[in-house]
Amino acid sequence: MSKTKKDVADSSFLQRVWESIFRGPIDPQTDRERKLMVLDSLILHLHPTTVTERVLKLTLTWGLGGMAALLTMILVFSGVMLMFNYTPSPDQAYNDILNLQTQVWFGQLMRNIHHWAGNLMVVVVVLHMLRVFFTGGFHTPKQFNWIMGLILLLLTVTANFTGYLLPWDQLAYWAITVGTGLITYVPLLGNWIQTVILGGPEVGAATLLNFYSLHIALIPIGLLAIMSIHFFRVRRDGGVVIPRAPDEVLEKRQPKMTTIPHLVVRELVVGLVMMAALLLFAMWVDAPLEGVANPDISPNPAKAPWYFMGFQELLLHFHPFVAAIILPISALLTLALLPYLDPDIDMVGVWFRSNKGRLMTFVSALVAVISTPILVIADEYLLDFVGWLPSLPTIISNGFVPLALLMLVVVGFYELMKRLFKASRCETIQTTFVFLGVAFIMLMIIGIWFRGPGMVLMWPWEVAAAVSH
Amino acid sequence: MTKTNTTPPEATRRDFLKMAWMGLGTLAIAETGLMSAMFMLPRVGEGDFGSLITAGEVDSFPPNSVTPFTKGRFYLSRLEDGGFLALYRKCTHLGCTVPWEQADNQFFCPCHASAFDERGDVLNPPAPRALDLFTVTIEDGIVMVDTGSLTERDRFDPSQVVY
Repeated sequence: MSKTKKDVADSSFLQRVWESIFRGPIDPQTDRERKLMVLDSLILHLHPTTVTERVLKLTLTWGLGGMAALLTMILVFSGVMLMFNYTPSPDQAYNDILNLQTQVWFGQLMRNIHHWAGNLMVVVVVLHMLRVFFTGGFHTPKQFNWIMGLILLLLTVTANFTGYLLPWDQLAYWAITVGTGLITYVPLLGNWIQTVILGGPEVGAATLLNFYSLHIALIPIGLLAIMSIHFFRVRRDGGVVIPRAPDEVLEKRQPKMTTIPHLVVRELVVGLVMMAALLLFAMWVDAPLEGVANPDISPNPAKAPWYFMGFQELLLHFHPFVAAIILPISALLTLALLPYLDPDIDMVGVWFRSNKGRLMTFVSALVAVISTPILVIADEYLLDFVGWLPSLPTIISNGFVPLALLMLVVVGFYELMKRLFKASRCETIQTTFVFLGVAFIMLMIIGIWFRGPGMVLMWPWEVAAAVSH
Repeated sequence: MTKTNTTPPEATRRDFLKMAWMGLGTLAIAETGLMSAMFMLPRVGEGDFGSLITAGEVDSFPPNSVTPFTKGRFYLSRLEDGGFLALYRKCTHLGCTVPWEQADNQFFCPCHASAFDERGDVLNPPAPRALDLFTVTIEDGIVMVDTGSLTERDRFDPSQVVY
């Protein structure tokens, strides 16, 4: 329905301005107009004009990828607002935060939104990754996009970690001291890398400026760049995985629906519900702020940010080289290689691979929930590799010996589950992933709520009492 | 139809130029990378920390005592036999500031429960090695500590003590 010269000549001035901005009707009536509207808009054309009816089911994606994208936008906006009231120097940073919270209109709310959106994003990105994993959404041709997703997860965590220092309170100072202390265990270069990141031997003015620059510029730019690749490849690889019931055979030609309104309306609902929840939470719960940073006094207990608590708990059980270097790097490598190790595309689109896979997931999660606290308590009170092997350096007695035992447990678990359930490789890999993942979450829970002063094991209410005394 | 085997001389020149461009491009990227990395190196020395600090007269530190120096970020430990050690207050585990607990006669790190004795030796892991040392010199009965010279060590050794 292209315009003739006469149409243009007859239209009014305002009409001409309007039509230069919006090509078609903003309230499309026909499918053709709906498809054109998607194609004509920069934002909307991230979507195809039509989508498979099945992928519109909320219980496939839960809207998690979209939530992460929306959170990124919220974080950019609230972050830029905060920049107007913040100076990255040890003399001023903390006072600026106090000033923000008490003098600036909606300052506390803006900080709360930024803080909780950042934390929520870590959760959402991890859940998004789990969703892709459990529906087999990383198989050919999407393996590389899974790796892009992993990089986005790392950038999200780094963004959170660098932002953690900026309030310059005791919580921030010591969490970053402990967190960057992990780097010193990188062989050979560790001390040098830590000095470069901190801009000196200890967390100080140079560290604050480094973290600020990373937080407000380098990491967001990287995040937006990789996000673009991530979104582009989702489109290029034919959209999200098509869900199906176990043993269901999909027909080649799936019924399609127009993106407007079917997909866009669902995205709006998810986005609005998430924003409402975030806003309500930010109104009720203030972002934490302790006393101004004091390099002379480490608080007791000094804990890393919650998303690193799993590693901090591991540090209590293993030599730092194993807990902070070997285990995280092998976990990351394994995650990156998963789509290549698990080439069984017969199970794509089925939640937890199969009915057997669902049962195995439940069993392995249960085993992890029960065995992790038992192991932690055993190591606290019974196991003492350093005492038993006094002649060996601690990196062997408290590092490689328990690491070898751990490997034995993992391999043993893999073989046991495989035989017990007569499972395929794909199902066994999944169940081992669940076992390790749930064990790690248990470590986080123990680290966050069950460790009191001196990192002693105690009940959560005892921790709360001891910390607030 | 035998077009193969006769590579025109232009192609080799083109190949050479292509290689040269790619080489130059790689070099330019490497230079930019190196420049950025060097740009990021730590900038300034830190005020008082890192210089030679006068701790005081030998006799002002009784044997079997541990004295904190906040600005210098170390503890001056005088052992039972009168020898001195200057211990960096940073925990060798993950870098927390280690307070001296007089009642228990030990350094106790609040972050991960590492403990060290008055010589800096590990009493309780997870700390992997003894507290780091600064160089102590005694001239005319005055104790000086050079906070610019840090020595890492695995464990205490009598040769580290300064008399």
